Amino acid sequence: MNRLVVQRILGLLLMMFSVTMVPPIVVDLIYKENSWVPFIESFGLTLFIGLLLWYPVRDSRKDLRLRDGFLVVALFWVGLGMAGALPLYLTDVPVMSFTDAVFESVSGLTTTGATVLSGLDTLPKAILYYRQQMQWLGGMGIIVLAVAVLPMLGVGGMQLLRAETPGPVKDSKLTPRITETAKALWYVYFAFTLACLVGYKLAGMDFFDALCHAYSTVAIGGFSTHDLSIGYFNSATIDLVAIVFMFIAGINFSLHFFAWRNVSIKHYLKDPEAKAYGFMLLMVSAVVIITLAYLKTYSNPADSFINGLFQAVSIATTTGFTTANYAAWPGAIPVLLIFASFVGGCAGSTAGGIKVIRFLLIAKQGLREIIRLVHPNAEIPVKLGQDAVPFRVVDAVWGFFSVYIVVFGFMLLAMMATGLDQVTAFSAVAATLNNLGPGLGEVAAGFMTIGDPAKWIAILGMLLGRLEIFTLLVLITPTFWRH
Amino acid sequence: MKILILGAGQVGSSAAYHLSREEANEVTVVDRSAEVLRELQDRLDIRTVVGHAAYPDVLDRAGANDADIIVALTDTDETNMVACQVAYTLFKTPTKIARIRSAEYMNARKLFTQEAIPVDVRISPEQLVCEYIEQLILYPGALQVLDFANGRVRLVGARADRGGLLVDQEIATLKEHIPNTEGRIAAIYRDGKAMQPDGDTVIREGDEIFFVAARQDVRVFMSEMRKLDDPVRRVVIAGGGNIGVRLALALEQTNQVKIIERNTERARAISEKLNKAIVLVGDAADEELLLEENIDNVDVFCALTNAEEANILSAMLAKRLGAHKVMALINRPSYSDLVEAGSIDIAISPQQVTIGSLLAHVRRGDVVKVHSLRRGAAEAIEAVAHGSEDESKVVGRKLEDIDVPRGTNIIAVVRGDKVIIAHHDTVIQTDDHVILFMTDRRKIDKLEKLFQVGVSFI
Repeated sequence: MNRLVVQRILGLLLMMFSVTMVPPIVVDLIYKENSWVPFIESFGLTLFIGLLLWYPVRDSRKDLRLRDGFLVVALFWVGLGMAGALPLYLTDVPVMSFTDAVFESVSGLTTTGATVLSGLDTLPKAILYYRQQMQWLGGMGIIVLAVAVLPMLGVGGMQLLRAETPGPVKDSKLTPRITETAKALWYVYFAFTLACLVGYKLAGMDFFDALCHAYSTVAIGGFSTHDLSIGYFNSATIDLVAIVFMFIAGINFSLHFFAWRNVSIKHYLKDPEAKAYGFMLLMVSAVVIITLAYLKTYSNPADSFINGLFQAVSIATTTGFTTANYAAWPGAIPVLLIFASFVGGCAGSTAGGIKVIRFLLIAKQGLREIIRLVHPNAEIPVKLGQDAVPFRVVDAVWGFFSVYIVVFGFMLLAMMATGLDQVTAFSAVAATLNNLGPGLGEVAAGFMTIGDPAKWIAILGMLLGRLEIFTLLVLITPTFWRH
Repeated sequence: MKILILGAGQVGSSAAYHLSREEANEVTVVDRSAEVLRELQDRLDIRTVVGHAAYPDVLDRAGANDADIIVALTDTDETNMVACQVAYTLFKTPTKIARIRSAEYMNARKLFTQEAIPVDVRISPEQLVCEYIEQLILYPGALQVLDFANGRVRLVGARADRGGLLVDQEIATLKEHIPNTEGRIAAIYRDGKAMQPDGDTVIREGDEIFFVAARQDVRVFMSEMRKLDDPVRRVVIAGGGNIGVRLALALEQTNQVKIIERNTERARAISEKLNKAIVLVGDAADEELLLEENIDNVDVFCALTNAEEANILSAMLAKRLGAHKVMALINRPSYSDLVEAGSIDIAISPQQVTIGSLLAHVRRGDVVKVHSLRRGAAEAIEAVAHGSEDESKVVGRKLEDIDVPRGTNIIAVVRGDKVIIAHHDTVIQTDDHVILFMTDRRKIDKLEKLFQVGVSFI
């Protein structure tokens, strides 16, 4: 363990994060709502804490080890949740308790999108903008951004990136240099945000809403500037724009990068995970739409189609935008959607959940066992496309899956122990651990009504989900701290 | 510079290490073993691709399309040659460097043309290491002997010793000692740290000194640093591998060479190849054998087997039994550090010897030769000054006016056949070969810019 280096990088990251408090000030100056004070205070405070951490150890130039990477990422995400909560805690409108402020901030940064705020439409624009911006930064990952803009991280950048990127295989680099890889990812991310912004603007949103929703769409976040979420706009065109960009953002960004560099979409069609992802969304949407139409939930089939499609894509990719109160939909739909969020998006995307590739591998393993029953002597590799998947990866997937389920179980028990009913507790854990956002029952619209202990459990769940559990879990094992 | 390294063996890994730590390079390494690559990627900021190094689709995935240099370093000559051919034919890679081990290919110079096998630069680590050891044997007392300008100038590293005339004196007195010989001290390392040599610097015993001199003056200069050892006569080589046999062949006419090989069949094969050298079958760490062969009268004992641990141990044993000077082939830098301080006189690192010839091609500007020194921390460079006085930042200037980075000295200039040892008022002309010594390699891009013909200067 190399405490000094960890401290130096944490300081640097916090100083970098403090800069993100500046744009809301600009927003406030434009709209003249006089709510810039908490931002300038938080900016100063975060910068100061970062400086305090960094300055005494600014010269420690050792390379970051693998273990340090975990520690930096975990500590940074916790620190980030706190620092991000500062403006919300300090502001007068809305008045937020410390727990609420941290909840909102962590929910933003982990791109969960669950909120404890109501009456969003009346809040100052700076606060609204700030929430959306947090989602945007959390989507591709602030650490990825840091690796892109802070070249001094060197090889250490790779350790950080590995601890933060989602997915079972973390060694694939788009370019030889880690900073270039991080930059490429952010360029692609930035381009999609811009395209989404233009899409929303053309579909009829005003510029502020278009920018804010573009942020939370490509980040697969789910925060909105309106209580009714995307449903506020009541426009099928806007729904469609959102669907398209949620779908895109749920695909591995490496694929986007290759498509962009080679100007072809052949990579998408060749990638087994992207194909499975598309197939899964198609199936879930079809089931939802057909059920809605069959049970005549909406009088107009077109409404069934657009609402069904929107909710299916939004929940299955773990975005959490809504155009309808899906929790009140009939039959198994609400639970089906929550289940779909467990699968989530592709590895290397901004989506949450367990990730499509892991389910794909688990399904293939199941299939292998069946074939083995018939041909006991057969040698059957687990293959993705043309390539056999190394045993290590398959093992890791199983390990991850079981730990996910165990963590889920414990959190469910804890939630219920705080007094929530079973449906609420189940969906609240799913909504946070999968970085989804809205749940069912009491938490269908938001988390404002549940108690403080439940909120802290939810905060933990969101962090665990964003960092794919192991990055946090490894810190509480004795092996990690043993020298 | 986008660099594609094929093969992640010892030479490949160390090339990846040296090249990737320079900011400007983007390195991709191809190897067949995913395990080796994973380990490498943990340590270095590189991209890795698993696959056969010569297959077109593997090269394509590794980015051969826009690679500037392809360096084929797998352990099979044929794979390396084919990889270069594939890269040239399919991807038009501008510079192709291949490791060619077997002398049979190396000697067929006509083979390596653009029409046949398009390898621009052939590297034979075995040959380089062998030449390196030859030089060390030629100049007893030297720790390193490096050639520049086709051997006209030599940079020699040696440890100052009590017998040296200059020891405990200021550098400025050098002129009084040897008035007619030109030479210059390029760098001094005291306790492992670089010192900037000035006229009034006092040389102490134990200092590691690098000096530059014309070939014929090296010996005179060496006597300033330490008492001259007697010329080497008896050499024992442990290990009848590629390097061992090459060295034996090179030395057997001038020296008494014995070579120890464990494997009987291999020993017979090399005995047929060699003419005068004596091939002994046995273990190089066998005390009896060494004593029987009069190890206490041996001038140089070279442990050159594939196993570095065995090299270290047999060299230590030979030293204890009375060999005057022992050398060992050691790959791991950490081992070199361990043994060079004490029991072994010279640790030879094949990677460090080889890497220079790669670096010369990666450098921007016209760089003819690069020698990597002190585990890659320092570098000695031979660069050619181009352009007119207006275009170049070095041509037409006195050395004292040239803005070299800190820790860098211009130590010699070669103009045609003439060797000019650098003085503060030496003026550089177009096409001069300028030889520099950098104690801090990290300033390299500043140096590269110095030797590029700047468009901005017009």
